[in-house]
Amino acid sequence: MTTRILTTRMEEHPSDSNSMARYLDTGGYATLRHALASLSPEQVASEVKASNLRGRGGAGFPMGVKWGFLADSDPKYLVINADESEPGTFKDRQLLERDPHQLVEGIVLSSFALGIHRAFIYIRGEYPKAARRVQQAIEEAFEAGYLGADICGSGFSLDVSIHLGGGAYICGEETALLNSLEGRRGEPRLKPPFPAVAGLYSRPTIVNNVESLSNVPWIVANGGTAYSSIGPERSAGTRMFSLSGHVKKPGNYEIVMGMSWRDLIYGIGGGIRDGNELKTWIPGGASAPWLVPEHLDTPLTIDDVTALGTMLGSGAVVVMDQTTDVVAAAHSIVRFFAHESCGQCTPCREGTRWLQDILERILDGSGRPSDIDLLLDVSDNISPGLTWPPAMTTICPLGPSATAPIVSITKYFLDEVKAKIDGFEVAVG
Amino acid sequence: MADATRTAAENLVTITINGIDHSVRAGQRLITAAEGIGDYIPRFCHHDKLEPVGKCRMCLVEVEGPRGKQLVPSCTMIVNEGMVVDTESVVVKKAQEGVLEFLLINHPLDCSVCDKGGECPLQDQTYAHGPGESRFIETKRTFKKPIPISDVVLLDRERCVLCDRCVRVADDIAGDPLITFNERGNSTQILTFPNEPFSSYFSGNTVQVCPVGALTSVDYRFRARPWDLEKVSSVSLRDTMHSSVEIHTTRGKVVRVYGADNDHVNDGWLSDKDRFSFATLHSEDRVTTPLVRNGDSFDKISWPEAIEMVASRLGAFLGQEVGSIGGANSTNEEAYTLGKFMRSVVGTPHIDAQVGDGLKPHLAAAVTPRALIQDLESVSTVFVWGPDLKETLPVMYLRVRKAVRNGAKLVVIHPASTGLDSIATHVVRYRAGSGQDTLRKLASGEGELAGVAETLASGSVVTLFGRASIAEDPGLAESVAAYARGLDGPGLIPLLGRGNTFGALDMGLAPNLLPGRVSTSDEKGSSSIEDAWGLMPVGAGRDSMGMLAALRSGDMKALVLVGSDPVRDCPDPGLAVEALEAADFVVAFDAFLTDSSRLADLVLPAAVWGEVDGTVTNLEGRVQAVKRALPPRGQAQSIMGALSDIAFAMGADLKAFDVATVTKEISTLAPAYEGVTPDYLTFETDGTGVVVPMDGVAQPLGYIPTDMSVPIVTDRFTLHLAASLYDDGVTTRNAPSISGLVPKAVARLNPKDASLLAVSQDSVVTIADVLELPVAVDSTVVQGSVVVPFNHAATKGLSATAAVAVAAVRSEI
Repeated sequence: MTTRILTTRMEEHPSDSNSMARYLDTGGYATLRHALASLSPEQVASEVKASNLRGRGGAGFPMGVKWGFLADSDPKYLVINADESEPGTFKDRQLLERDPHQLVEGIVLSSFALGIHRAFIYIRGEYPKAARRVQQAIEEAFEAGYLGADICGSGFSLDVSIHLGGGAYICGEETALLNSLEGRRGEPRLKPPFPAVAGLYSRPTIVNNVESLSNVPWIVANGGTAYSSIGPERSAGTRMFSLSGHVKKPGNYEIVMGMSWRDLIYGIGGGIRDGNELKTWIPGGASAPWLVPEHLDTPLTIDDVTALGTMLGSGAVVVMDQTTDVVAAAHSIVRFFAHESCGQCTPCREGTRWLQDILERILDGSGRPSDIDLLLDVSDNISPGLTWPPAMTTICPLGPSATAPIVSITKYFLDEVKAKIDGFEVAVG
Repeated sequence: MADATRTAAENLVTITINGIDHSVRAGQRLITAAEGIGDYIPRFCHHDKLEPVGKCRMCLVEVEGPRGKQLVPSCTMIVNEGMVVDTESVVVKKAQEGVLEFLLINHPLDCSVCDKGGECPLQDQTYAHGPGESRFIETKRTFKKPIPISDVVLLDRERCVLCDRCVRVADDIAGDPLITFNERGNSTQILTFPNEPFSSYFSGNTVQVCPVGALTSVDYRFRARPWDLEKVSSVSLRDTMHSSVEIHTTRGKVVRVYGADNDHVNDGWLSDKDRFSFATLHSEDRVTTPLVRNGDSFDKISWPEAIEMVASRLGAFLGQEVGSIGGANSTNEEAYTLGKFMRSVVGTPHIDAQVGDGLKPHLAAAVTPRALIQDLESVSTVFVWGPDLKETLPVMYLRVRKAVRNGAKLVVIHPASTGLDSIATHVVRYRAGSGQDTLRKLASGEGELAGVAETLASGSVVTLFGRASIAEDPGLAESVAAYARGLDGPGLIPLLGRGNTFGALDMGLAPNLLPGRVSTSDEKGSSSIEDAWGLMPVGAGRDSMGMLAALRSGDMKALVLVGSDPVRDCPDPGLAVEALEAADFVVAFDAFLTDSSRLADLVLPAAVWGEVDGTVTNLEGRVQAVKRALPPRGQAQSIMGALSDIAFAMGADLKAFDVATVTKEISTLAPAYEGVTPDYLTFETDGTGVVVPMDGVAQPLGYIPTDMSVPIVTDRFTLHLAASLYDDGVTTRNAPSISGLVPKAVARLNPKDASLLAVSQDSVVTIADVLELPVAVDSTVVQGSVVVPFNHAATKGLSATAAVAVAAVRSEI
């Protein structure tokens, strides 16, 4: 059973799925023409709401509900978050490079539904090919009358432009993204106000992920209830997973949620490389606490994974086999967050780097027995209680995210961590 | 604002803090509300006068929400009805102590040599709550230190806690976005932009708001320890705003001036001139003993000899042959005593605190309706037609910026570009000398001024008016005031620059004013003052320019100069020199030998700001106390005491025994000051002074300005003398940290005029045939006018006339 919504075109026409000719040839923009001719904005919005699609950027907030918060005051903006930077995540890249018109059609439909006439696509700076392809699609859409003034003679107008990010992970956080788009430092804003009330240039703004918006043409064409009936109730629709690490068949997969981790890793992923043993995996991007083999039969739904104290996040699954040094893996992730901290909140700016330094010491053989408690207490001062979803002493979850690997290795691999620290060997021996 | 506060106070919400219900003002931030009920939540980035950023995370508390208790920064939370807050829970304490530890791990523990040591919240909180030992064994972050970020401010990035206060002061308050965060994460640091120093008239405020020792001032750095400081509350006299200050002294020297909160006036902010010019007090060039002329130089004499000389020389003239110029830098008590001495002891009506550089005394002292500074908080439009506020009244400039942040529209009309232009709704520039024509167009709403007129006609307006430059006919300011009276209130605020000019005018240091805003033509008012003082001349006297002319022609014989330098400050320096040379006798009370006091027969060392107690009155009529922080330098003394002694030697008793006695006499004799007794100021005003006349007190004079129909100057070139905050005045010249900041003198010309004169950038032109200046071609200068710095060493001797000759200098090779 392969239900595909997002990747049909690229699977069937791998050589030119990004072109306007192929898009039109496979029924593209028909939904838009129909909607502009026969549907009201409210009807389009209600289909999206009925789809129960939960945002694919990581937080999993229902898109239709988010749309409902948009303040009714012009001008308002749609911002497309294509700043895909979570380590292990590469699904949006494929959607951008290989089916940009699907995204553009989603953007026009969504803007029509929301009464928005200006959209910005914020694309990760390290994705030049994606940016080129989207730019080409935008130009073709303008040319064909699917963007610009009076689209398809409907009277509805929309202008879209691309902005390339400068390489900061934090700009994937929606309010930091808005700051960056405005030309300010990429720092998350205080909330409230939320972007739907005061976002880009302090105007009402909807920020949606590439994958979320790419689903909109299908939802409008087939109806929200058709979408919501795919997969488990609260994890409706298909979902892109970026599977990487020590599996035999890494890659992007569009799957219906509800299958088990075992199905994903051993079925779709082909199992562990070189006949090795599965040791642990990151279920939803570098920010997510890890899972271990005892969780293999848990279904991939947003709620089931949340119940395990972690998240499906951005759909990045990083698999690690028994050759993995978990302290080194944790250090790698913590170093990433320390490097990407924007620096505005004290606990994140100082704490993530401190965690990195302690892990470095342990890896260098200079760990102290007290370092495990210290790692956990420093983590606790960034994310009190060390629960997931995290409590925070910070403005955004970046700092708390750095504590996820610390919690994971001390929870599941404490002996391995202790073994790296001299004092414990003495104590045990 | 008092009313607004009362209205807001009625709007209360109930919040629960640590299990106890409190009624607090709605709309305020939780951290402020908690502080108001005695629960001080620690903070670094929060500052009452700055927009919250929630960055340091020190003020985390737990607030009940839909998902249970959550940690939130109390600096960003607005209190709302039923809010349940815990500021002392285990979670809160751990979070706060965690933040404190994070701040400390990379912070140098050099408190013993840090300027902030002893008044540092990071140090205090660490002592109070911190652990005895550090868990951090890694190497601390290091930076090159200190680095100068401007001529007066140094930055130590290792001590910095990245609280964003300095950036917010620079960006939001001062409008000088010249410091910023650089890099990110653990490498985040405060820096200036490459090759762009933090050149701001308000840079010292960043030092004051810095919660640690990261920003230090060149002046104070390593000079003192906080526990050795004696602190005196006073107000700045660098301009007529009278910003509240604390003067910090140690071992007989002022080492630092801090802004003090006074929401009526300065909101806690100061200009760098308010802050750094105190070094003037300690200048080596102070006059410290009485000096008597001996040919081309001076000899020291004793005070008794000097007093005897003044008494006998002044006593030898007819009263009308003597006059006094100055007193605008004195306290009200000194000014009052001077006026009383001149009128009742010497017997002359020739008295003027201004030197032809100000406004008509009635207009300045008693324009009606007069607005308050606080009215700017809630007004629809601010209308500025007068001096460039950024250069002459920098703290008023901040208040106008704040008004605009609050949503007010701003209209700026000036002969040249001003500091406010970038935030103004309308900027109108007129050719110097043609302001009356611009006013006529504005009043009739014609042409390009229609939009401006419309803005001014819609909603409440505060008008800030004064002379755009000393070269401008003072009548124009009155015409502007007459027009502005027709706009919706609150009213007008007259703008004058020098120190306590408004206080001096209120004390009767004007040819046609008696103490308490009584006109000399007011017979009833005059006679009640005469009853107290004894006989005095009837009617109005000569103003400063009139006195100088009379001295030159021999109609007057003697002059008392009080902290006044007409040779530098009056519009006709040539006249001033000739007048002082022609006079039979000139006595100057001054702290320095100026171009004028150098020409005196006798110079008496005057105590200055910081050395005298008394009261002063600002441009809104607010009376506040200035306090002595130090004894007067050398043998310097307050002119109040000196005049008392001179009067005594002349057989009169001024009854100026001490400051309080004089303050009290003013409160009973000067109608507008009725009730402003020393006790009232000390006990009833909350340290922020009181606006006169107080509620229920009537002042005898309410001046209604009229249109003066000033003639339009049609000469080829007209002159605009542009003031600069840093100029050749004594308070800049004698303060080493700011004396080097005086901008280079140039003659600014419109590109078309430059091309007609066949000059270009840096070519040299002569101005009025008396001085040569390099040209700056500037498209903001209106065609037909030339902009030249006022009170600059390079423009000495230039007459402030409306028309001026400009000619290219052709060098022959």
